[in-house]
Amino acid sequence: MDFALSPKHEMMKAMFREFAEKEVAPLAAELDEKSEFSWDLYRKMGQIGMFGLPYPQEYGGAGADYLTFVLACEEIGRACTSSAMLINGQNSINSGPIYRQGTEEQKRKYLVPIITGKALGAFCLTEADAGTDASNQQTTAVPDGSEWVIDGTKMFITNAGLADIYIIMAMTGTGNNPKGISAFIVEKDAPGLSFGKKENKMGVRASQTAEVILQDCRIPKENLLGKEGEGFKIAMQNLDSGRIGVGAISLGIAQAALDESTKYAKERQQFGRPIGANQAIQWMIADMATELEAARYLVYRAAWLRDQKKAHSKEASMAKLFASELAMRASVKAVQIHGGYGYMKEYKVERLMRDAKVCEIFEGTSEVQRMVISRAALT
Amino acid sequence: MQIIVCLKQVPNTNEVKFDTKTGTLVRDGVVSIINPDDKNALEEAIRLKELKGGTVTVISMGPPQAEYALREALAMGADEAILLSDWAFAGADTWATSLTLAHAIKKIGRYDLIFCGRQAIDGDTAQVGPELAEHLDLPQVTYVKKIIYIDNDKAVVERALEDGYEVIEVTLPAVLTAVKELNIPRYPTTSGIMDAFNVKKVSVWGIAQLASAAGLVGLNASPTQVKRTFSPAVKGDGELLTGSVKETVQTLLKELQEKHVL
Ligand SMILES: Cc1cc2nc3c(=O)[nH]c(=O)nc-3n(C[C@H](O)[C@H](O)[C@H](O)COP(=O)(O)OP(=O)(O)OC[C@H]3O[C@@H](n4cnc5c(N)ncnc54)[C@H](O)[C@@H]3O)c2cc1C
Ligand SMILES: Cc1cc2nc3c(=O)[nH]c(=O)nc-3n(C[C@H](O)[C@H](O)[C@H](O)COP(=O)(O)OP(=O)(O)OC[C@H]3O[C@@H](n4cnc5c(N)ncnc54)[C@H](O)[C@@H]3O)c2cc1C
Repeated sequence: MDFALSPKHEMMKAMFREFAEKEVAPLAAELDEKSEFSWDLYRKMGQIGMFGLPYPQEYGGAGADYLTFVLACEEIGRACTSSAMLINGQNSINSGPIYRQGTEEQKRKYLVPIITGKALGAFCLTEADAGTDASNQQTTAVPDGSEWVIDGTKMFITNAGLADIYIIMAMTGTGNNPKGISAFIVEKDAPGLSFGKKENKMGVRASQTAEVILQDCRIPKENLLGKEGEGFKIAMQNLDSGRIGVGAISLGIAQAALDESTKYAKERQQFGRPIGANQAIQWMIADMATELEAARYLVYRAAWLRDQKKAHSKEASMAKLFASELAMRASVKAVQIHGGYGYMKEYKVERLMRDAKVCEIFEGTSEVQRMVISRAALT
Repeated sequence: MQIIVCLKQVPNTNEVKFDTKTGTLVRDGVVSIINPDDKNALEEAIRLKELKGGTVTVISMGPPQAEYALREALAMGADEAILLSDWAFAGADTWATSLTLAHAIKKIGRYDLIFCGRQAIDGDTAQVGPELAEHLDLPQVTYVKKIIYIDNDKAVVERALEDGYEVIEVTLPAVLTAVKELNIPRYPTTSGIMDAFNVKKVSVWGIAQLASAAGLVGLNASPTQVKRTFSPAVKGDGELLTGSVKETVQTLLKELQEKHVL
């Protein structure tokens, strides 16, 4: 057993950290305040090769692995959750379905641009009545000559309106049956594709969320992804990597909460001494630091299992569940340690607490993760 | 164009901590990085290669872990890397360091340009680059902040001074030392990092490979005698002059005259 990162992973991590500190951190508060997606950061991350970490170099990927992907989400997540979401999305749900189920042509046409940072992707599963109950899809796709005609509305879609390539789940069969769901690739300029208004969110405000509206949306026959009826399977398979990614982003948030807390606890003086001299503060910091270590190894191990091509659904859920709930707890504690200052936007912890919450919701709520884990435990 | 870049692995801190008892560096727990000025030298070399073609060879003398500084350089875009590592090289002062580097560069043989950083953030002498030029009998330009023109025979560069810069034309091959104003070093790409470990290689040369330098390297060949290493006493607080602009300027001038500054 060996808990050390390899020199290669250490170098990746150091590079991600330097990029996060120099390029991302200085912009994070302003992007959040303005609720603005940074095309500039997107381009820089693409150029450095942060979007194709687990994919082979022949498709423009890094030829690295999911552990590297985790390090990227974690380090960028320390500086800006929204930017880390971009790394998570591009490396997992926006690209994985095409890499795993796409034809060679689809890979050349869609995968390569996504992972080389030339095209932004989006993954569209959620609908108004299909959230946790994701198989309750109302969007339909009907064949018509050489085309598919798609109708329906997708909700809360990350990158909607900005993205060039949309992976869309729609019913091609009948009834509320996961086997009736198929996956499609829709380009931004497809006729009948439009977008709802940008959501005004509590956190991750530099990540754009909006509705994707498909009205008589026509796409070529060959844009079916995988086989008919495989859509739900494709979605679930690729959610595992997305969950590891959200776990890693959560590590970044929790680490930032701890960093800010220790710094502030040493600086802030009350009763003539630093607040960190009080056991009440020390214990909060001890708990944060301990739980962060536990979360880190859950996330790293889930990534390692995936890299070893071993079963990892349960472990991905555990990592996502524990790390995201820790990010929430740690950021609440961090605000508490900052007192009134922590409630103000001048302090990073205010943003951390708003950002942390979403990690317990998307890519499967905490309740869903507990369902996955208990199902595995009870069988 | 054949470019050689000398780079040193240094601890990632501007404040080198000393063990006052042993007079040596405390390196435990300090992350090692490529010396910052050397990264500027490397970046410029890679840009020149991209512009003119050719190869960039990086070379470092140091302990075995200096390999990772070289791998990072390979990840940024260097083509070849040579690590000079041997007990025989240990304890070298700047003279022995530059002489060892000179022997290695002679062994490499082909070069149009040799780049060093201005100064290492730990040793801090800024001597290795200029000494290297002397050992190799090459012209040198230190503190290069811009390359205005370059071809196979000559380069025109801006040399930074405290209050301006000089424009210098130099024949090639030459030794240049880089300052941070020269450029902003790129981030290595993720595939570059993978290739630096999986595809490219770091050659290790010991004294056996540098037979020409036998007896000229390491502690025994270092003329410097370190008598004592210590942190200098912290300077006292500055003096704050208050009053109207006219008064304060007059007081300042008077004091400067009394101290024979003016
Ligand atoms: C910022 C943001 C970005 C998003 N990006 C995307 C995206 O890019 N693509 C995409 O497809 N979706 C996206 N989503 C949607 C997200 O995945 C869903 O919001 C999430 O799956 C929950 O669905 P819901 O909002 O409909 O909640 P609901 O399913 O209505 O859940 C409400 C509550 O009930 C609980 N609950 C539901 N069913 C059960 C049950 N059986 N047992 C116990 N508890 C239950 C839930 O856990 C939750 O606490 C995004 C959401 C947000 C907030
Ligand atoms: C704490 C401490 C103790 C020391 N003790 C001794 C001692 O006991 N005896 C002694 O003789 N010397 C000693 N030295 C000096 C040490 O040998 C020098 O650090 C070394 O010779 C390089 O000089 P420099 O670091 O000043 O580099 P500089 O001259 O400042 O470096 C300029 C440039 O030269 C190149 N360069 C420098 N070193 C290398 C290298 N190793 N490989 C490749 N390129 C390089 C780089 O491009 C660098 O930017 C000590 C230094 C320190 C910090």
